[in-house]
Amino acid sequence: MAAGVLETLAPEDAVLATYREHGHALLRGVAAGAILAEMYGHVEGCCRGRGGSMHLFDAATRFYGGNAIVAGGLPLAVGMALADKMSGRSRVTVCFFGEGAVAEGEFHESLNLAALWQLPVLFCCENNLYAMGTALGRSESQTDIALKAASYEIAAWAVDGMDVVAVEDAARHAVEAVRAGGGPHFLELRTYRFRAHSMFDPERYRDKAEVARWLERDPINLLRAAMEAAGQLTAQEWEQLQSDADAEVAAAVDFAEAGTPEPLEDLTRFVYSERAGNTGTGAGSGRSGP
Amino acid sequence: MKSSYREALRAGIRDAMLRDERVFLMGEDVGSYGGSFAVSLGLLEEFGPERIRDTPLSESGFVGAGIGAALAGMRPIVEIMTVNFSLLALDQIVNNAASLLHMSGGQFNVPIVIRMTTGAGRQLGAQHSHSLEGWFAHIPGLRILAPATLADARGMLWTALEDPDPVLIFEHGSLYNVTGELDDDAGPVDIDTAAIRRTGADITLITYGGTLPAVLDAAEQLAAEGIDAEVLDLRTLRPLDEAAILASVRRTHRAVVVDEGWRSGSISAEISARITENAFYDLDAPVGRVCSAEVPIPYAKHLELAALPSVDRIIAAARQAVSAGG
Ligand SMILES: Cc1ncc(C[n+]2csc(CCOP(=O)(O)OP(=O)(O)O)c2C)c(N)n1
Ligand SMILES: [Mg+2]
Repeated sequence: MAAGVLETLAPEDAVLATYREHGHALLRGVAAGAILAEMYGHVEGCCRGRGGSMHLFDAATRFYGGNAIVAGGLPLAVGMALADKMSGRSRVTVCFFGEGAVAEGEFHESLNLAALWQLPVLFCCENNLYAMGTALGRSESQTDIALKAASYEIAAWAVDGMDVVAVEDAARHAVEAVRAGGGPHFLELRTYRFRAHSMFDPERYRDKAEVARWLERDPINLLRAAMEAAGQLTAQEWEQLQSDADAEVAAAVDFAEAGTPEPLEDLTRFVYSERAGNTGTGAGSGRSGP
Repeated sequence: MKSSYREALRAGIRDAMLRDERVFLMGEDVGSYGGSFAVSLGLLEEFGPERIRDTPLSESGFVGAGIGAALAGMRPIVEIMTVNFSLLALDQIVNNAASLLHMSGGQFNVPIVIRMTTGAGRQLGAQHSHSLEGWFAHIPGLRILAPATLADARGMLWTALEDPDPVLIFEHGSLYNVTGELDDDAGPVDIDTAAIRRTGADITLITYGGTLPAVLDAAEQLAAEGIDAEVLDLRTLRPLDEAAILASVRRTHRAVVVDEGWRSGSISAEISARITENAFYDLDAPVGRVCSAEVPIPYAKHLELAALPSVDRIIAAARQAVSAGG
């Protein structure tokens, strides 16, 4: 999903995601080494080890997190889009979140504001049918999420989130419409989580057969099969892609392991911006701005 | 010139809007209604609906949107009607505004100003009368201001907007109608230091915001009975101007903290602790406290008054401190 959507963005656009944002950060252009070093808690990490796995940020690629509060990023996306609109910039803000966020008030407040003010924001709901162990049908009275979004007068539709090309097509259409001043758009990307929610999840809430069924629709395998059938990918190229990926991961691991921990003297840095004559509470470090 | 606290706040907003086109005001009923406490009255006509932006009843949504707009280069002033309603936006204030700079390793600061009404005294009952600024002062990453005077009402906003980090301004509801003289050239003021509002040699009365008038009143009455009280207005609750607190206490050797917040786990507890941590041997008496009774602020006039710090209670606490010890 991240691959299909982020492919359609320009460098000046902004991206917000959830705690499950590693792929989004990578595809947005944050270096694999910087991501992994962050997870190691090292200074070389994209947030100097201050954010960690669930809080990846990167100013250079306009990647605004990494938000571990379910639905916490949606209001931010609305505000960023508001700033762009008020400043007459034709940038797009894309906000990813899980279907679990749909039950939060911030989801509804944000969609309403975005539609009311006709803001240039694209909401991408990654509907993988579960929020930790809670199946969608056990948490929502109306499980058609695109329909909910449409009730806010937002152009919204559901897309097969396992089909990278379909996601890219839909995203390209939506991003163009948003950029052209068409107001907020909403994509419900229907997908599945193959792995456990976290390392502490024994997966009591679903059976293995269900996971196996969805694995047949693994988006990488589907894309590979489609490309091979169309003569766009040879077995040799596929192997090359895999070994390139392995090499990138190995290099990232080396980079992260060679990293350094931040000195303890710096513990309380970055609580306030650092300005001249104000080192304890702050250091001209912040970069928020147009 | 004559001005009310409300007009001074409005002049501050107007000045900021004129100085910087990135500044805009957003909140519930700030536009057509003129502000629930009439602070922004007339600004919609002057600046238009883009920059004086009415919002739906979505505290979390529009506070978060203000944070996002700040991230993207604007200088939003977000108004929340009362501190009680800010609880619906706590997630955005604490988890985003206060945390983003640190979580991003210094990459993303949040230059937002959030204004809200605080405090009791108007028979509005528990859900409109609490004083929760001390709670917010608990949070690293935030700066907490409590303008108690016309000059601060007029001048704190611009300095707050220039601060690269989130600033919360608490306006006590009982102050809006306070009227007095404001310098014609009143302008931005510092937001780092506490201010001595009355000098005195016998005891330091430490307060901020809505209780400053009562404390000054108490100090006058104490003077009549020969107790010379110094009145320290904290102005900024985070970061606390600890140096000013300690310097005054070291001169007077006695202190009473007056705070409309509840006493348990409060900013008054923090101040008392810092005095005992740093100036214990300068004290001639235990640090006293005058706070609100530990009750959701009641509606009935007599109960509400009984729950709040009063001039009489402040005088009694000061007398006790002065009569205790050497
Ligand atoms: C406000 C909030 N409540 C609860 C949690 C704990 N939590 C972490 S992930 C998660 C499930 C979220 O599900 P969903 O939004 O569908 O995203 P997914 O994990 O499926 O990608 C929950 C409940 C949280 N992080 N934030
Ligand atoms: Mg989910």
